[in-house]
Amino acid sequence: MKNQDLNIDKEYKYGFTTDIESIRAPKGLNEDTIKFISDIKKEPKWMLDWRLKAFNRLKSLKEPTWQKPKYPKINYQDLYYYSAPKSSSEKPKSLDEIDPKILETYKKLGIPLVEQQRLNGIAVDAVFDSVSVATTFKDELTKKGIIFCSISEAIQKHSDLVKKYLGSVIPLSDHYFATLNSAVFTDGSFVYIPPNTRCPMELSTYFRINAAETGQFERTLIIADKGSYVSYLEGCTAPMRDENQLHAANVELIALDDAEIKYSTVQNWYPGDKNGVGGIYNFVTKRGACRGKNSKISWTQVETGSAITWKYPSCILQGDNSVGEFYSIAITNNYQKADTGTKMIHLGKNTKSKIISKGISAGNADNTYRGLVDINKKATNSRNYTQCDSLLMGNKCGAHTVPYIKNKNSTSTIEHEATTTKINEDQLYYCNQRGLDQEEAVSLIVNGFCKEVLQQLPMEFAVEAQKLVAISLEGSVG
Amino acid sequence: MLKITNLKATINEKLILKGLDLDIKPGEVHAIMGPNGSGKSTLANVLSGKNGYEIEGEISFNGMDLNELKTEERAQKGIFLAFQYPLEIPGVNTNIFLKTSLNSVRKARGEKELDTLTFLKLIKEKAKELNIDEKFLSRQLNVGFSGGEKKKNEILQMKLLEPKLSILDETDSGLDIDALRIVADGVNSYKNKENAFLIITHYQRLLDYIKPDFIHVLSAGKIVKTGSADLGEQLEKTGYANLS
Repeated sequence: MKNQDLNIDKEYKYGFTTDIESIRAPKGLNEDTIKFISDIKKEPKWMLDWRLKAFNRLKSLKEPTWQKPKYPKINYQDLYYYSAPKSSSEKPKSLDEIDPKILETYKKLGIPLVEQQRLNGIAVDAVFDSVSVATTFKDELTKKGIIFCSISEAIQKHSDLVKKYLGSVIPLSDHYFATLNSAVFTDGSFVYIPPNTRCPMELSTYFRINAAETGQFERTLIIADKGSYVSYLEGCTAPMRDENQLHAANVELIALDDAEIKYSTVQNWYPGDKNGVGGIYNFVTKRGACRGKNSKISWTQVETGSAITWKYPSCILQGDNSVGEFYSIAITNNYQKADTGTKMIHLGKNTKSKIISKGISAGNADNTYRGLVDINKKATNSRNYTQCDSLLMGNKCGAHTVPYIKNKNSTSTIEHEATTTKINEDQLYYCNQRGLDQEEAVSLIVNGFCKEVLQQLPMEFAVEAQKLVAISLEGSVG
Repeated sequence: MLKITNLKATINEKLILKGLDLDIKPGEVHAIMGPNGSGKSTLANVLSGKNGYEIEGEISFNGMDLNELKTEERAQKGIFLAFQYPLEIPGVNTNIFLKTSLNSVRKARGEKELDTLTFLKLIKEKAKELNIDEKFLSRQLNVGFSGGEKKKNEILQMKLLEPKLSILDETDSGLDIDALRIVADGVNSYKNKENAFLIITHYQRLLDYIKPDFIHVLSAGKIVKTGSADLGEQLEKTGYANLS
């Protein structure tokens, strides 16, 4: 394997690589690759057909170009679409059977799978490159009828549910990257919460890219049946390399009548070095359907990593009285770029949506909020509130707010507030005068700026996220 | 404690302090009075280490060369500035700010950092002494505070951090009589043989409550007159214009 790993420095502590033998599909995007993936995952025929249908559609689609951050052309034929540790080809049944090297990797990342199982009370699905290597707490969840497993396992064991819901929120031919994902997706999580069940613990997935020249195509599907509740969190890291790696995920959420899904992301992919070399292209499609009445979907994202972050976790508010929320912190430093926001599509009556976006730019970075609020004719008495705040550090970074607002009936209201501020020298001086050094002062002020979003995160992760916010901005004020 | 020799300070190519000398010993209270634009706030900024000034001359603080120390190091070594206009920091809980601040100072002093419970107990006591409602402590730092509340919050921080030299920059401006008395009581209760005060003010009013050992008159970047507490009353009658 070509080794292009860079030295690990203190800014990105997850930049190490695990030296492990892996099985890979041959390079290139073609039918054989797709058959290879489907075959190695022992998928039923309908799944392969679905993938091939997506691949056929892909041929007629073009990559979108309307986004603010531009990137060099990706050579899709020069990528590996499947890479998995050899030891996981037969999926281990219990944690004792997992390759110790992989366990060690997760321990180094702060996710000790074995201890996590015993101590934290958080169920984890761990995805390493293209496969899920472990899912903890499975038995306890099964007792309540909750399904939490890898999507690969779900395709085999719960194919009725997968068939019914996969692609029902993000259609096969939605757009280039979503369609690409549908053709070549490898692993991700599957969650099903049965009616009137409150999931007793946080569910989380930890995505790790390890192999070089490999794209990660995550696919996650979460279904909250009538009257159920689930809180789910995903975390992401990758080694430091001077090549750009593509992560193109599709995440679909479905909330039926009176159900609620809370989905939190702490994205810390490798952002590239100080000069903008390397880093992950995080091109992700996340969409939730509030299909039932009184349902609710809430997205919270803390985006600190990636060379380019390009995503709009969205809500389709179909059910009457359904609620969509989007809380976002996007931090860009050095040469990082972000074009992120949300879409709130109001279809049902009395639907409500709330958008709180906090963008922070430092160094030479560029940060765009782009959002759509679309209230349809039949979505009477609907409401949206949007607040977009940007914080600039230094003179070389940029912040942009691009709201699209459509209101097609006269009984609905839309509010939009936006502010742009520069981090205030006097505030820093005040903190310094009270004994705080520059880094502590920046961390304090920025965390204050992000507070409304940070407090949406589950307790266990809020502290981690606060630290991450501080680390991402290290060295940005001099 | 503090010895300033021939201090010159320039900002944006403008010379503000033009050769200032000052000697403060432990236990002393010094007041600096003077007309607008005489360099009073500049002196406070220079001593606390605000960026942007070009400095000439010597400032020695307990044997250390202050010019060598960063703003936060000066704070950690015991220099406190009560701001004329305390800054608002949205989203930051006052208690968390105070705890972070106290612990960085304690750490620098080689003392143990306080855990949340011990801190809360301490801050409640200190707040009570200054007649500050506990509710203020859980609000965002200085956000929506009245002028008087902000100034009281500065004195609370002073008492919490226990500095050696406290510089009060026009702490009396914008205070009503009651608040002025509380602030003055706060200062007086902290005054002892070990620490010193440098009080910058326009008016005699604050000095009726906090009796200074020396009053200096600053004019056009230099101390033009030094006297005892009586000088303040005299100035109140005659104004600065008659000084040369």
